[in-house]
Parts: sequence; C-alpha cells; structure tokens
Amino acid sequence: MATAAPTRSWYKRNEIAITPWLFLLPAMIFFAVYVIIPIGQSFWISLHDWDGLGEKTWVGTANYERLLGIGDQNMDRKFTVSFWNNLKWLILYLLAIPAGLFIALFLNQTVTGIRFYKSMFFFPFVISQVVVGLVFSWFYLPREGLLNAVLAVFGAGPVNILGDPTLATYGIIAAGLWPQTAYCMILYLTGLNAVDPEQVEAARLDGAKGHKMLWYVILPQLKPATFIAFVVTIIGALRSFDLISVMTNGGPFGSTRVLSFYMFEESLSEFGFRMGYGAAIAVVLFFLMLGFITYFLYSMYRDEKGAH
Amino acid sequence: MHSILKTSLAALVAAGVTASPAAADGHALSGELNIISDMSNPAPRAVMEGMVEDFDALHPELEVNLTIVDREAWKTQIRNALGANPPDVVNWYAANRMRPYVDAGLFADISDLWAEPEFEALSSTKGAMTLDGAQWGVPYTYYQWGVYYRKDIFEEYGLNEPSNWDEEKANCQTLLDNGVKCYTIGTKFLWTAGGWFDYINSRTNGYDFHVALARGEIEWTDDRVRQTFANWRELIDMGAFIDDHQTYSWQEALPFMVNGEAASYLMGNFSVAAFRDGGLTDDQLDFYQFPVINPDVDYAEDAPTDTFHIASGAQNMDAAKEFLRFVTSADVQTEINSGSGLGQLPVNANASIDDDKFLKEGFDMLSGNAGGGIMQFFDRDFDAEMASVGMEGLQEFMVFPDNLDDILGRLEETRQRIYN
Repeated sequence: MATAAPTRSWYKRNEIAITPWLFLLPAMIFFAVYVIIPIGQSFWISLHDWDGLGEKTWVGTANYERLLGIGDQNMDRKFTVSFWNNLKWLILYLLAIPAGLFIALFLNQTVTGIRFYKSMFFFPFVISQVVVGLVFSWFYLPREGLLNAVLAVFGAGPVNILGDPTLATYGIIAAGLWPQTAYCMILYLTGLNAVDPEQVEAARLDGAKGHKMLWYVILPQLKPATFIAFVVTIIGALRSFDLISVMTNGGPFGSTRVLSFYMFEESLSEFGFRMGYGAAIAVVLFFLMLGFITYFLYSMYRDEKGAH
Repeated sequence: MHSILKTSLAALVAAGVTASPAAADGHALSGELNIISDMSNPAPRAVMEGMVEDFDALHPELEVNLTIVDREAWKTQIRNALGANPPDVVNWYAANRMRPYVDAGLFADISDLWAEPEFEALSSTKGAMTLDGAQWGVPYTYYQWGVYYRKDIFEEYGLNEPSNWDEEKANCQTLLDNGVKCYTIGTKFLWTAGGWFDYINSRTNGYDFHVALARGEIEWTDDRVRQTFANWRELIDMGAFIDDHQTYSWQEALPFMVNGEAASYLMGNFSVAAFRDGGLTDDQLDFYQFPVINPDVDYAEDAPTDTFHIASGAQNMDAAKEFLRFVTSADVQTEINSGSGLGQLPVNANASIDDDKFLKEGFDMLSGNAGGGIMQFFDRDFDAEMASVGMEGLQEFMVFPDNLDDILGRLEETRQRIYN
C-alpha cells in the first residue's frame, strides 16, 4: 500500500483501513440513533420535571432523591415494591434453566413421534406472551378457574392467586416460566446434539453413569448452551412487562409492579405523563441491567480469549 | 361615515347569518375538517359516523374526514395527535382531565362560542367545561350514576328502595342473611372504587367538601375523610361486596348480578345495555339514587360528561366551530342520545329525552334532585397522579380495611407533594 502509484485515488490508497468502517457505519448509525442517544436523553429528561407536552423544568436530582428517599422524605414505596419484585423475578425465573435441561434430557431420545412431542413442549414459546398471560389468568380465576377446581379435588380451599398481594407476583412468574422453560429446552436440545458420543462412550467405559455422567461429562459440554440460556433468562426477567400488564395491571394495589412496569405507569399510562420521574426509574433500571450485561460481556470476552 | 357604513353592513351580514345559519355557513365553509374521535364501541361509532355524514351533507363544499381511534388507546394517543399536525376536532373528557392540554395550550379557547345565545341551553354543563375562567370544549353527552338493582330479588325478600343509610344497611343485612351479596363490583382497573368514594364522601361531607378535597385543599388524614371511610367500612365489614372483586373488571362483575348472586351495582348508566345484553328485562332491573347518609347535606351526583374540543393548531377553525354548534344543537342532541344511539342524556336543555325508564329517571334525578352539585367522577375531578394513587388506596381499603391509616398517610404524602 505504501508503494502504491501516486495516480491511484485516495480511497484506493486507504481501502483496507476504510472499508471495515464503511461496513460498520450503518450499524453504528442505527445503534447510536436508537440506543446510545436515547440513553443520553433519558438521563437528561430524568433531571427535569416534564409532562411530555409543555416546557421542561430543571429539577436537578430531585427525582432521584424522591425515588431513593434522600433527605427528609420516605423512599418511594412503589419503587421499593417494584425493586423487590424484580429480584423475585430474577431469582425464580432462573428455574427455567434446570427445568429446560430436564425436559431436554427427557426428550433427547429416539422413539416414534418424538418430533411431535418436542414441538408440543416448544409450543408455549411460540404463542404470544399476551396469550400466555390471558390463559393463566383464566387458570387462576377464583371461582371458575381450573386451578381451584383441581385444588378442590384434594380438598384444598379456593385461592385467589392474582388477587392476593402476597401471591400475585409468584403467580405471574409461574406463568412466565412456562414459555421460558420451553426456550431453555430448545437451547439444550440443540446443545445435546453437539455432545461428543466418543466422550460419552469413554466415560461409560470408565464406569460413569447416572448423575455423575451428567455432572462431569454432559454438562461441561453444554456450557455454551447454559450460558445463552442464562443470558436470555436474566434479560427476560428484567423485561417482564407484558405478563404483568395483562394479568394484573400491576395490582392488586400495586403489589405486582416491577421497575419496567412502574416506569411505564409513571411516564406513559393513562394517569402518567411524569416523564422526568419515569426517566429516573429507567435510569436506575438501566444501571441494574448494565451490571448484568457487563458481567456477560466480560465472561464472553474471557471465554474467547481462552479459546484462542 | 365610512366606518359606520361598514359596521352596519357587518351587522346586516351577521343578522343574515343568524336568520339562516345553515345556508349562510354552507357557502362559507370549505376546505377540509379533520376529526379524531374515540367513539370506538359499536353503538357510539355508528352515532359518530352518522353525525359526520349529516354534517358533511349540510356543507357540500366542506370535506369532512373522520378517524376513529380505540377509546382506551386514545387516552394516551391524544398527546401525540395534538402535538404535530393536529386535527381540527377531537374527543376528550370534561373537568380536570382537560388540564394538561389547556396548560400546554393545545386546546383552543372557545369562550366566544359559549357567549352565543344558543349556548344558553348548555349552561348546566358550563362549569365542567370551564378552566381558568374560559371554556375549552363542548359536551355532547352525559349519563347518571346510581344504584342499579334487581327488582325481582328485592321483591322476593320484601325490600324497598332505601332512602337513607340505615335502610340501605338493613336491606343489605336481609340480603346477606339470604345468601345474596348486596353489591357486585370489579376493582381490577380501580376506577369503580372511585365511584363508591365519590358517593359516600359527598353524602357524608357534602359536595363542597368533596370538591375541596379534589382540589387538594383538605388533608386526607382529616377526621371528616375518616368518617367517610368509617361509613364505607360498615358495608365492608358486613361482607356487602362480592369476594375477590380485585380480580375482576367491571364487565366481569356483571354476571354476579345477572345470576342473582348479588343484588345491586353502583354504576354509570352505560351498564344498562350490558345488563340487558346479559338477559335482564326491565321488570327485573331498576334504579335508585344513592341514599342519604348525612341528612344535613344535599344530594350530589356523579354525571361524567364526554366532550368535543378544538385543537389550538386547527387548520379550519370556522368549520370546527360550526361542527361544535351542530353537535350541541337540540335536534342533533335528541337524535344522538336516543335509545337507538348512545342511550344517554342530552346536554342541550331543549332536546328531548328518549322514552327509556332509566334515562327518564336519571334526568329527573340530575335536574331535580342533585341540589348539591354534579361531580364528574373521581378520576376526572382529582389531579391525575392523585387519582391514580388514590384509587389504588381505595381498592386496598376495600380488601384490607385495617390498612386505612397507612393508606391515608400515603395519600396525604402524595397530596402534599402534588399540590404544594
């Protein structure tokens, strides 16, 4: 390149340096316009009092002070409830991973019609979250619901899961686990295809079987699948919005709110349009997610370095 | 000399306009009139489309474009719609719900329209359309609230329409003793509880107190507010309301009454259509005004008003104003609020009310027996944020009445933050 004839154009001379950037440019522009700049704007809005229509008023960190209860005010109770519910979601949603693994192991065999069974197990992931929410809210109905009909057979009293502030969040998480388990199952099924039969054979010759075989031979080979399942489940738990909106609308008396739902309620719902406060919640949620995302990016980076 | 001539000429033209408004304006109005309506349910939609068609026919040179948006979706979409490239006329609600759009200068001030003599006939609703001393829209329909009840069940147990709180409770006790719940209600979407609060509070403390509370002038921890909740609690402790109401929407609570598991429903008149669809006949269904609690205060009634507004950025202001005149005129009011239309009450005093027992009873109640005043409804009278926190508290109170202190403390904290 350095020895190129002076008659060649500027682009030709710098082709190798520039071309990758040209290919990256569209993605970078879109990423900036739809991700980076809005993040900055959310920060900016969170420092204002704004109804989305009129002029913004600068309030500094007042929104954060109210949210976190700094100074002589109490911590925003809706925020506290949402935060703990988010934690419940994060922890319990991870149950989808072992459940998905179990079903995948169970279905990883060759019998007649196994494809049909697999697709049946995968079915809940295909249908919309809204439909899942609706079906489960019927399932939980206090009088007509199937759940109470089943409980009645065992002589257990009727429960109104979605109407009980202590149970409602768990009821929604259970509904969310249904499609999420299916998702993890499909990830593990593809992972199981890639398990090296020779290693299994060798382990068998060495006398490994049962859970030892699973733990020391199969699971290490499923690590990439586990990693992806972990990532999508964590992200899914933090994004849990549609199920809550459909099943309880945040109720009863706000006990099933999570941060994303609270953010929506404050900024965009019928009685909302407190954009500044909503943006402050968004910023807090952003930092929570950033923690997880940084961890994932770091461990991906570490794995890639290890592979080379 | 010149100016005198001009003035008298203008007066002459004005006189001509008043003499035959339709004909004169028919030539004057041209261009496009863009309307966005939230009347998306089947019956209101047909009414709106018919109304636009008639208006279009009156003004051949005017092109009327109607867009109908889902009613729930419109509650959030209106902001975007009014922002950039706004339509000329939109639907919305009266009272405090207009506040954000009035403050942001998105609704046009139409006080000049209200100053016209024809608008005398709408004077009963003028207060609900007034903010900051000016009028920002016109009503097109309103409806009463009250207790709809199963007449046949009342007769079965020998009950009469109660006129005071003791009779109300005595009726309720009889029903409960016979295994029938007194009231059905679905509080999943919270606002239904707001109706109960409106009534018990205004019957306990009066209309002026209720309005002052809505304006944030009274503390939620005030003893008079506690008295309201104490009265409400009497019913809750009796077990008067259906169980698990926090799980149901207002429609999902209807079957309890249709099946006879509950005897009455505090609701707006729009529920009558749903009761009839559910199979109740007019012999089974009846209506009574919410009874007196405190004999020293006058009746105040919930009667939410639905409205039309002109966007301040309207392109065709003349046509928009003419459309508002058209909508509120006596003939159109009679037609659109009839039983085959909206089945609600006309806002124009010169319009006639459809021959329907609920409409007649409602109209008599609102015009003759609501001396305290007309409330718009909890979520329209209170500030939006106060309303959402408030209704959530009301729902919690209905399920866990023991949490009252905590709830009132929370509401008071919100009030101080919003109104100070």
